[in-house]
Amino acid sequence: MSRLPTPITLPDVTPPAGPARRRRRREAATAWAFVLPSVLVILGLSVIPVLWSLLLSFQYSDLLTPSVWVGWDNYRQLADDPQFGQAVRNTLVYTALYVPLSIGLGLFLALVLNRRIRFVGLYRTLLFVPFVVSAAAQGVLFAFILDPEFGAANSLLHRIGVSPQGFLSDPAQALLVLVGISLWSGTGFCVVIYLAALQDVPRELVEAATLDGADRRHVLRHVTLPTIAPVSVFLLLWQTITALQVFDLVYVTTKGGPLGSTTVIVYFVWEQAFRNFTAGYGAAAAYVLGAALLLIAAGTRLVRRREDRRLKGATS
Amino acid sequence: MTDLSHLPGRTADRLRPAGRTSEEPVARPRRRLRLPFSPWHLLLAPLALLFAVPLIWLGLSSVMSDAEINRFPPALWPSGIDLDGYRYVLGNAMFPRWFANSLIVSAVAVVSNLLLGTLGGYAFARMRFGGSRVLLVLMLATMAIPFQLTMIPTFLVMRKLGLTDTLGALIVPSLVTPFAVFLLRQFFLSLPRELEEAAWIDGCSRLRVLFQIVVPLSRPALSTVAVLTFLTTWNDLSWPLIALNHEANYTLQLGLTTFRGQHHTQWSAVMAGNVITVLPVLLAFLAAQKTFVRSITSTGLKG
Repeated sequence: MSRLPTPITLPDVTPPAGPARRRRRREAATAWAFVLPSVLVILGLSVIPVLWSLLLSFQYSDLLTPSVWVGWDNYRQLADDPQFGQAVRNTLVYTALYVPLSIGLGLFLALVLNRRIRFVGLYRTLLFVPFVVSAAAQGVLFAFILDPEFGAANSLLHRIGVSPQGFLSDPAQALLVLVGISLWSGTGFCVVIYLAALQDVPRELVEAATLDGADRRHVLRHVTLPTIAPVSVFLLLWQTITALQVFDLVYVTTKGGPLGSTTVIVYFVWEQAFRNFTAGYGAAAAYVLGAALLLIAAGTRLVRRREDRRLKGATS
Repeated sequence: MTDLSHLPGRTADRLRPAGRTSEEPVARPRRRLRLPFSPWHLLLAPLALLFAVPLIWLGLSSVMSDAEINRFPPALWPSGIDLDGYRYVLGNAMFPRWFANSLIVSAVAVVSNLLLGTLGGYAFARMRFGGSRVLLVLMLATMAIPFQLTMIPTFLVMRKLGLTDTLGALIVPSLVTPFAVFLLRQFFLSLPRELEEAAWIDGCSRLRVLFQIVVPLSRPALSTVAVLTFLTTWNDLSWPLIALNHEANYTLQLGLTTFRGQHHTQWSAVMAGNVITVLPVLLAFLAAQKTFVRSITSTGLKG
């Protein structure tokens, strides 16, 4: 955050007198009229709730009766709550699978689709379309396809002689199936971002390297990948943040089950606040997640800044 | 990898008559292929099919009869087009209502993000007023706040305003996003100042300069904001889930999830409803694919 303005110093330029001053004041008034609606909505619905949420996390609150201050109790209780522990584990497993797989697959497909191949536009469209399908629609669709009794997936497996699977109703499979569905919809995003980045890889550099005798693999390792490294960092951050916040898909498909095998942190927060009416407890859980996200964002910023400095040092 | 299949393509490129290449420079990787067949298709075609199959299956199952869906093993291809699912969904009093609710919320969000984002972005880009720097940083910072940190108190704020369980509870938070303000501000900064200066020195009001000179020049940025606002508000599920109680106020996404619970045996109707939920975004995407992809990449890369 930038420095706050020092309050008492006088401006070193004497304020313009007469009409100029009046004009400037009118200009400021117009500007405020322009930004006021945005400021009210954005700051009103973020700053107030963030602080309110912090207060809530130190209270016992059921959203109806007046709340009671309980200090760190909610956080202490979270540390011992096996359900929260499971939610954290599930979220981490989901993130650890989804993020590298979506980025890796996205990079691979982008490299392939960056070649001169016929139907490239069609392939790109087909890979990207699932990204615009809402999580609710995805959930309903896949619950239908993967229905253990009459779903098309088991019907296909049956035809090739594989015994029927439980999919979302099997505690051992449900989380993996959710990762699969997320990959279906999220890989296209990585492909599109990487394709845009690959357009910016300077061709002279690739040609120079090729002339110097580098083969495809060398070019990829020493030219292409370093050039698109900032995009990889961005995707890593972005996909991690999205994965840690997964909720809609879980709500639509499994509602955290079976046996809590797909309860993720945001689902836990929602359940505490709007199902069990222990809003303070839910707010505390949300703050734990919020702190983790903040750490990740700050961490990548640091890495990026160091990279920048390294790159600058290398070129100058 | 000893993949030499690209070579004919390149030589073909070089050998093309100069008159035809002048339009598209050889250096630019415009993929117009001159090979009969690339081995990559063996990988890409099945993969693309895998990505397409769920959506194809969505379309197919929505025109199947329930008898076809419910027998085991279920039919993988409809024997004929059966529109009972659509008839049921459209005759259901709630479904058209949910559609209308979603449409209202998304339309208001798009219009108001364009309007308020333009006003706010322009003030931040071109006008001087006390506290603008602090305000800008503060608004930028709110983009980093995750939704679940604010969802419980936002619900309480909406209750204080008496908006819970109304469309107002969905509309107010989506009126303007920091993303819209910033994206437009960045775009306005990139426009040449001279265009506006002449006009407002001649006595045009700021508002008039904004809407007669700046806005017409800003179509790419405005369409980006419109596309992404529509996508996120139309597809949102978690906030409507928290803010709404009565079925009559549901949005399409929320309605669809409960619809599935109530009509478990009528899968054709559920799938017809799903098609109706997906179709607007899908059509918008197919119609404006370039804008869509550009808006995703431009915002993504600036993230």
